[in-house]
Amino acid sequence: MRKTVFLGTVAAASMVAGIGMADTLADVKARGELNCGVNTGLAGFAAPDANGNWTGFDVAICKAVAAAVLGDPSKVKYVPTTGQTRFTALSSGEVDVLARNSTWTFSRDTDLRLDFVGVNYYDGQGFMVRKDLGVTSAKELEGATICIQTGTTTELNLADYFRANNMNYQPVNIDSNAEGEQQYMAGACDAYTTDASGLAATRAAFADPENHIILPEIISKEPLGPAVRHGDSNWGDIVRWTLYALIAAEEYGITSKNIEELAKSSQNPEVQRLLGTTDNLGAMIGLDAEWAKRAILASGNYGEIFAANIGEQTPIGLARGLNAQWTQGGLMYAMPFR
Amino acid sequence: MADVSAPAEPPFRLSMLIYDRRYRSMTFQVIVFILVMAAAWWLVNNTIRNLAVLGKDFNFGFLFQRAGYDIPQTPIPYTSDDTHLRATIVGLLNTLIVSILGCIAATVLGVAVGVARLSNNWLFARLMTVFVEAFRNMPLLLWILIIYAIFTEILPPPNAYRGEDATASMIFFDNVALTNRYTAIPTLAMTNDPGSLDLGARITFNWATIAFVVVLVGGWFVRRAILAWAQRVQDATGLRPRTWVMNLAVMTVPSLFLIFWFGLHLEAPELRGFNFTGGINVQNGLVALWLALTLYTAAFIAEIVRAGILAVSKGQTEAAFALGLRPRRTMKLVILPQALRVIIPPLISQYLNLTKNSSLAIAVGYMDLRGTLGGTTLNQTGRELEAIVLMMAIYWALSMIISAGMNIFNARVKLKER
Repeated sequence: MRKTVFLGTVAAASMVAGIGMADTLADVKARGELNCGVNTGLAGFAAPDANGNWTGFDVAICKAVAAAVLGDPSKVKYVPTTGQTRFTALSSGEVDVLARNSTWTFSRDTDLRLDFVGVNYYDGQGFMVRKDLGVTSAKELEGATICIQTGTTTELNLADYFRANNMNYQPVNIDSNAEGEQQYMAGACDAYTTDASGLAATRAAFADPENHIILPEIISKEPLGPAVRHGDSNWGDIVRWTLYALIAAEEYGITSKNIEELAKSSQNPEVQRLLGTTDNLGAMIGLDAEWAKRAILASGNYGEIFAANIGEQTPIGLARGLNAQWTQGGLMYAMPFR
Repeated sequence: MADVSAPAEPPFRLSMLIYDRRYRSMTFQVIVFILVMAAAWWLVNNTIRNLAVLGKDFNFGFLFQRAGYDIPQTPIPYTSDDTHLRATIVGLLNTLIVSILGCIAATVLGVAVGVARLSNNWLFARLMTVFVEAFRNMPLLLWILIIYAIFTEILPPPNAYRGEDATASMIFFDNVALTNRYTAIPTLAMTNDPGSLDLGARITFNWATIAFVVVLVGGWFVRRAILAWAQRVQDATGLRPRTWVMNLAVMTVPSLFLIFWFGLHLEAPELRGFNFTGGINVQNGLVALWLALTLYTAAFIAEIVRAGILAVSKGQTEAAFALGLRPRRTMKLVILPQALRVIIPPLISQYLNLTKNSSLAIAVGYMDLRGTLGGTTLNQTGRELEAIVLMMAIYWALSMIISAGMNIFNARVKLKER
């Protein structure tokens, strides 16, 4: 008995040990695999297909980072995380990067000891209701039952919004998007609230998407982006500039189709620097010259990733809106590569 | 033999620590103790070091920050402007509510099933066996989810109660509505509300509630005195005085008076807007959790009760029958009192299990301690270690209190051996 207790203690201790921090890049290289925290399943953003291969808008970030660091976009281990477990998974070292439509907020960036490296989707919180409910505005939701994922910023926004408008509601706390979908479909809640992009993705997965509407009110700012642990700035730089490489590639017209050609022939110095033809930028972040090229090749530039996973041609059908390039009137703006 | 000189003690050698049986067990205990302490020290040290690396400290200041989230079921007034501490207390109260309801129902059901399993009625006894084996052999979480799914998928949404051609109708004379969100039951309302006693921190008790508690508890004591008096008279004279008039006078009459004085009546829930309002909406999460905990624990309690009864020798039953006691009274007066001393200690364990199992509430969105402190609060503040340590301490304290209470009860009911 005593021995069992002792062995148990040792086992528990060794699980806690080894979190030792600092050099994530070396750890990832030594492991030969990137541990990427993703959603448990949100169509378009991160969801496994019929063959168990993860695809999606957030998954593309994981692939780009793996391609930049390890040279192979398939060397990613996807770790599904819920709204509740995601930050713990990141700060405990279970994942190296968290690409799980997480909102960049002050307290998460500071008190939770995370570093958000950028924004890959500018979002806002919305409401979805059944069409036959006859509701056309969130202001008409007085007394409604609302499904909400616990542990999210949306939970706090919801409380604030209803307080500010002096309305009552009954929250139904759910743990994952799948559960929310099921509760909403069963009619256990009148409205489902989460990021508008998430609502669109959820609705696209319904058998009857035409019977559900997303209300016009957007009640919050939800800048979604990948996050890394606070304290390893080098790793943070790699993930940040991988994201910028994807965004810059769209700005300069580099696509997965013409990238090889541009790498050889482009006269644009910015493109040359990005693709590693001149100036070895990669060396400055501990990678080789072609890191950005590989990242872009993984699933295309930002625009390609958007169009393939959540764009207007997909069932999710999101317009670029705020997420267009700054040259097109959007907010996507990559810092200069020089 | 005392005067035979004892052989001289061999001088102590280090190898004796292992080869001498007198020292060996001690040696191993000391080694294990040192290793356990070392492991514990390493754990704590590791935690402190890693917290330092992460730049996190260990403090409970977050409990006094604004919580910012809403809770569906609030036994005490709570809004999103309150602190995490108050949210924690709300969660703890929700844990207590489901645990207490569960313990009561599981005991009643468990004792009934345990006795019924020993019934001479073949079919009845076998049915109870099926019940016990079904519920104690499947994981509790599955039962919770199954029961919740049944509620959500089968019951109609509140909308179905609306309009002329409603597809669902309320039951119990239009007083209760079963929906896939909650069960809407009537609330007690008063036409002559006496106001409330304010205990501070926005916790209030209505004077009417206090009046009823005083009348019922006071009445119960008076009634006990009356019964004791009746017993004395019966012992002395052989005639039992009529007591029902007096009993009626001490409990029923004052209660009825209070009901009329306060104008107590039921206020049925009414469908207004999206949901039923005016009544009390009992969340399906609570009902599903309560039912699952009850059925699951009752299956274990049934086995404990059965074991306790079987532990009483058959001679006791036969003797009781020989005295002319009917089976029901034999059970109540002879078997159960003796079986209780076998039943109660393991029963304590079941109560503890039920209380701790209630932390599965998050599966059905019931915001108990795990859902508030260990769920949303932990997540919004990022204070994992503090929240988990605090939660462990609270569950531990809760278990200790239940244990202590039950041990006192056990000491009172166990057979006094003279």
